[in-house]
Amino acid sequence: MGILQIVIVLAVLVLLVKPVGTYVYHVFSNEKSRQDRIFGPFEKIIYVLIGLKNRDGMTWKKYALSFLLTNIVLTAVGYLILRLQKYLPFNPSGIDNMEQTLSFNTIISFMTNTNLQHYSGESGVSYFSQMAVITMMMFTSAATGFSVAMAFIRGITSKGETIGNFFEDFVKAHTRIFIPAAVLVTLLLVALQVPLTLNPTLTITTLEGAVQSIAMGPVAALESIKHLGTNGGGFFGVNSAHPFENPNSLTNIVEILSMWTLPAALPYVYGRFAKNRKQGWVVFSAMMTLFLLFLSLIYFSELRGNPAINAMGIDSSQGSMEGKEVRFGIPQSSLFSAVTTAATTGTVNNMHDTLTPLGGLGTLGEMMLNVVFGGKGVGLINMLMYAMLGVFLCGLMVGRTPEFLGRKIEPREMKLIAIAILAHPFIILAPTAIAFLTDLGQGSISNPGSHGITQVLYEYTSSAANNGSGFEGLADNTPFWNMTTGLVMLFGRYISMIAMLAVAGSLVRKQWVPETVGTFRTDNKLFYGILIGTVLIIGALTFLPAIVLGPIAEHLKLG
Amino acid sequence: MSNRAASYPGATGVSYFIVALRASIVFIILCGIIYPLATTGIAQAIMPHNANGSLIKDSSGNVIGSELIGQSFADPKYFQGRVSSIDYNAAGSGSNNYAPSNPDMLQRTQDSIDAWKKNNPDVPVSKLPIALITNSGSGLDPHITPESAEVQIPRISNLTGVAVAELEKLVLKHTEGRDLGLFGEPRINVLKLNLDLQALIKS
Repeated sequence: MGILQIVIVLAVLVLLVKPVGTYVYHVFSNEKSRQDRIFGPFEKIIYVLIGLKNRDGMTWKKYALSFLLTNIVLTAVGYLILRLQKYLPFNPSGIDNMEQTLSFNTIISFMTNTNLQHYSGESGVSYFSQMAVITMMMFTSAATGFSVAMAFIRGITSKGETIGNFFEDFVKAHTRIFIPAAVLVTLLLVALQVPLTLNPTLTITTLEGAVQSIAMGPVAALESIKHLGTNGGGFFGVNSAHPFENPNSLTNIVEILSMWTLPAALPYVYGRFAKNRKQGWVVFSAMMTLFLLFLSLIYFSELRGNPAINAMGIDSSQGSMEGKEVRFGIPQSSLFSAVTTAATTGTVNNMHDTLTPLGGLGTLGEMMLNVVFGGKGVGLINMLMYAMLGVFLCGLMVGRTPEFLGRKIEPREMKLIAIAILAHPFIILAPTAIAFLTDLGQGSISNPGSHGITQVLYEYTSSAANNGSGFEGLADNTPFWNMTTGLVMLFGRYISMIAMLAVAGSLVRKQWVPETVGTFRTDNKLFYGILIGTVLIIGALTFLPAIVLGPIAEHLKLG
Repeated sequence: MSNRAASYPGATGVSYFIVALRASIVFIILCGIIYPLATTGIAQAIMPHNANGSLIKDSSGNVIGSELIGQSFADPKYFQGRVSSIDYNAAGSGSNNYAPSNPDMLQRTQDSIDAWKKNNPDVPVSKLPIALITNSGSGLDPHITPESAEVQIPRISNLTGVAVAELEKLVLKHTEGRDLGLFGEPRINVLKLNLDLQALIKS
């Protein structure tokens, strides 16, 4: 039953890829389509409101400038709201203003689509902040990522054209994708019992006569966009493990598909833009293969359970249930964990800190590679970056100038790609080392031994990959963690985005090289193998030593 | 959109900044205020029970909890839920985040097993399901596995005098299968089960 229910969800995902991908392609191809008749009038109003007079294509520098400016303004306004929430409306539970470094961390966390949470939703933010900052940024950061991905795809696939207009992409990502999808998923979740109310925390007398306080609020409205935008920040402290956020296995599946479908459809969108759908399916297959590897590692490790508890003589046939919910069991928990770290969402329906060492390694590994589907747009960009690297390596082997989609890959592009690829491990491993060298970092570790190493490694990996889940035992609401993870999230998000826009801007201006028999093809099985190989070799070389010290050492000690 | 890279005279950083500023305000209002309030309004109008937290009332009409949120049952005559480090205080949520190698967690589990032996002499430890003595992720898990309810029947029967067969019928009645017969795990809502048990004890 366990494997069957996982396979069914995977099958539904695969069936959704083509229709959703086709829809997204029509949104951003800027050709006339039926969508214009439905959404066009609303968009015209928004263009007038924001003062966008023309929608001409931009150079990569202008595109980057526009998206950075928009993100900076949103960050500034959001920061002010968090710092002043006590004086603002919709605060029935009387929550105080947020502290400085925590506000810094929170606002960067949501703007960068990470949603690492060092506050607790029940007590740290007012309903107004939950809506006007948290929910709002879940839309805008997802739309930003999506727009940049589209600009990148246009850059590498179109002939001598521009990479698009950021503001137009940004508006359309909202009006045609995220807002309609969020409304539908919200109502579906309420139908499946997720609350959506403005009532304050409820106090009741329990069956046994004790007093119980029950925090609630506008949960479903946040829950839908949290997953659709691969954001991941929970309304409550324990995120989607909370029975109000995720009351049964059907909401679990709705949430899994919400966060997974758009990232999984992006390779197909890329194939449509490249006018060669096989290109897209090759990338999709490579991602899916890696995903299945990690999913199996998590599922079978959790099913095997914790040897130390299994030895206590109880009935532990169910697997490792510490930190998990009965309604999900091992299959729905493992699938959720694999998807949330693949799609860099960071929502959790079980506590990753309590995962068995190899199960935890599965989640960590997906974030370290950061190419297994990946968040809004970023995963595809990273995967294509590896594709260009793969082409480059093969070109070196046969002594030919490497080409990708009919354009030469030259030193300028390779330098940018090298920066983006090296930045990711650097911003994970360097701060991890710093944290271990200082008392400020070490003092927050809650689990002794090798697991403590994994806690710190996980925190920075999650920040760098803009995932946002945590090994939550780590006492991370201190100025040290707020500042360091805040910076890692910033670099993790913007370095690769800007570098990749620069690559797109450089490729879009290049001469096309006609395809000949000697052209190295990137749409066949051979390239699929090369792509997976490149990802695994680079990933293994960079992270293996750290993994050996953390999860693998813990696994060996547990027996 | 036209496909030429236009260099338009007004396209300076300043004019981009103004568009960015206006776009930010528009989307804060649209996504941050109109969207959540509108969906809340719709949900409250057509699905008020779900939208307000699926609350349960007792026979006299008082709200005694939410069917989605677990409660603490200290009295051994009731079915017990899972371990909760926050003692089912739903003002917050969470658990200890113990690593599988954490000595405190292993000690807590061993203590639970010892307590089980003392309070349930009729049921061997080898039948004690792992779900019952592990901490749920949320600390608010409203469910236990059907096996976790069955092993508690002998104790509850001893303490309340309700016949074992009657309790078995009750557990069976409250066993929820997999959703759509396929997804998730079979489970029992502890609060609903104990609500019926309380009625049974009183009668």
